[in-house]
Amino acid sequence: MRGCGQVSEQPVVLVAGSASGEVLCLDESLSFWGGVDPRTGEIVDHHHPQHGCTVSGRVIAMPSGRGSSSSSSVLLEAIRSGSAPEAILVLEPDEILSLGSIVAGELYGRSLPVVVLDEATYSSLVTGETVAVGEDGSLHR
Amino acid sequence: MRIVVRLAESMGVDHLLDITGAHVDSCLYHGQSGLDFAGRLVEGGASVAVPTTLNVSSLDLLHPELYRGDEAEGEAARRMAGMYEEMGCQPTWTCAPYHLENRPSFGEQVAWAESNAIVFANSVLGARTARYGDLIDISAAITGRVPAAGLHLDDNRRATVLFRLLDVSPDLLDLDQVYPLLGTVVGAASGSRVPVIEGLPTALSEVRLRALGAGAATAGSIGMFHAVGSTPEAPTLESAMGGRDPHEVVEVRTSDLRASRDQLCTVSGSALSSVCLGTPHYSIDEFQVVVALLTGRRVHPDVDFYVSTGRSVLAELELRGWADLLRSAGVALVVDTCTYVSAILADTTGTAMTDSAKWAWYAPGNLGVDVVFAGTSECVESAVAGKVLLDERVWSGV
Repeated sequence: MRGCGQVSEQPVVLVAGSASGEVLCLDESLSFWGGVDPRTGEIVDHHHPQHGCTVSGRVIAMPSGRGSSSSSSVLLEAIRSGSAPEAILVLEPDEILSLGSIVAGELYGRSLPVVVLDEATYSSLVTGETVAVGEDGSLHR
Repeated sequence: MRIVVRLAESMGVDHLLDITGAHVDSCLYHGQSGLDFAGRLVEGGASVAVPTTLNVSSLDLLHPELYRGDEAEGEAARRMAGMYEEMGCQPTWTCAPYHLENRPSFGEQVAWAESNAIVFANSVLGARTARYGDLIDISAAITGRVPAAGLHLDDNRRATVLFRLLDVSPDLLDLDQVYPLLGTVVGAASGSRVPVIEGLPTALSEVRLRALGAGAATAGSIGMFHAVGSTPEAPTLESAMGGRDPHEVVEVRTSDLRASRDQLCTVSGSALSSVCLGTPHYSIDEFQVVVALLTGRRVHPDVDFYVSTGRSVLAELELRGWADLLRSAGVALVVDTCTYVSAILADTTGTAMTDSAKWAWYAPGNLGVDVVFAGTSECVESAVAGKVLLDERVWSGV
């Protein structure tokens, strides 16, 4: 665990917002549709290494989005039902996840930050550590 | 419009381009938020600006009796379907809009959602769509505009990762079931890059290209692939790559295809409850294979046999007399939806067999079933026999 105020280098903010929570690092990309139960936040994709983990309330770190284009809707539904992650940190931009969050902002005034991190910052994240994501995509740990 | 612009901003894109058509996936019910979103659009008087087709619903709207799910949820899904029709979308209810009459032509700019349809439009038709998802698809249809980015632009359509088939025999490449498996191998290693595949037979059928693309879009997040000698932007390897060198070369061996097959099977043993074909929605060509295999035969009484397809293909099946032939052989024809998004399967505790890599991938999570992936003929033979019959000869020596 690093000290407070550690700031990542040049994060790219896909959807702005501030949030904090415990990190859950996903070893592989996850399709929200078919991969997450939007009522409980549980990872239900049998092929996923973190099958059985819960994304609710966590800061999710995963390489990128994957698979179905329904994932925007599933993320939106998860945000509505309160079982969504606090924030999503990725290595590659993903429009499908961004949209779910953008529309949640439009509909419910509630979006979650989606931020692209640089490789070094991303790979330094550890499951279980607590991080805060700032409006500018900065990471405080 | 605000959603389209905010998405463009989040992508760092500063201009929009016009589209000539859209395919919308947002019409599938996932919960209250879908109703809230469509309701907000309808209340605002929204209607689509370009011809727009609809992806699957969570119900078979023509055969509601097949639905075994929660009644309130079914009613909500029906209400949501109605809202999309109210906005002027065509009630096509298919994940294979490229089977419809007016499919986009080469070079046409469209906004398509549904991962298999996106890959088909870009790769097989040479039309141009970025990887749209729910929510943006209907926003694009209403505004007729999309961010000028991604696979809409020449530069982003060039392959950057090269897959070379090494020891895959011509016999194996003559089997339809190899293509969805190759798709999952390519998809998993491509991520969101554009792959090109070298070493396949040329002039591959749409059935095979589609299965490859659907598998790849399931295991990865690709929006387009090139198959040298088959897809329109890949007459040669050089043209697919735009004259550049690949960032990565991946060798694909028969053992990779077999490993992919094994990964898609969650169970061994011979017990069989259902057979589910038609993910993505079956085409006339694929039905022809099933009709030939089932003519004069019957599905075993202990096995439920489902084939999902679009209502336009069903109409053609009726005209040809194939629909009656299949029904009397014990096949349930499911339209407007898919057996893995709707509560249709009578038995989700047993083993289901499928010829679709996509179905095999998602059904265990969606439905809780065990799955065996196999070729179409193995699926049909197993359905008739009432137990899983696999023809392992094709993999012998691997």
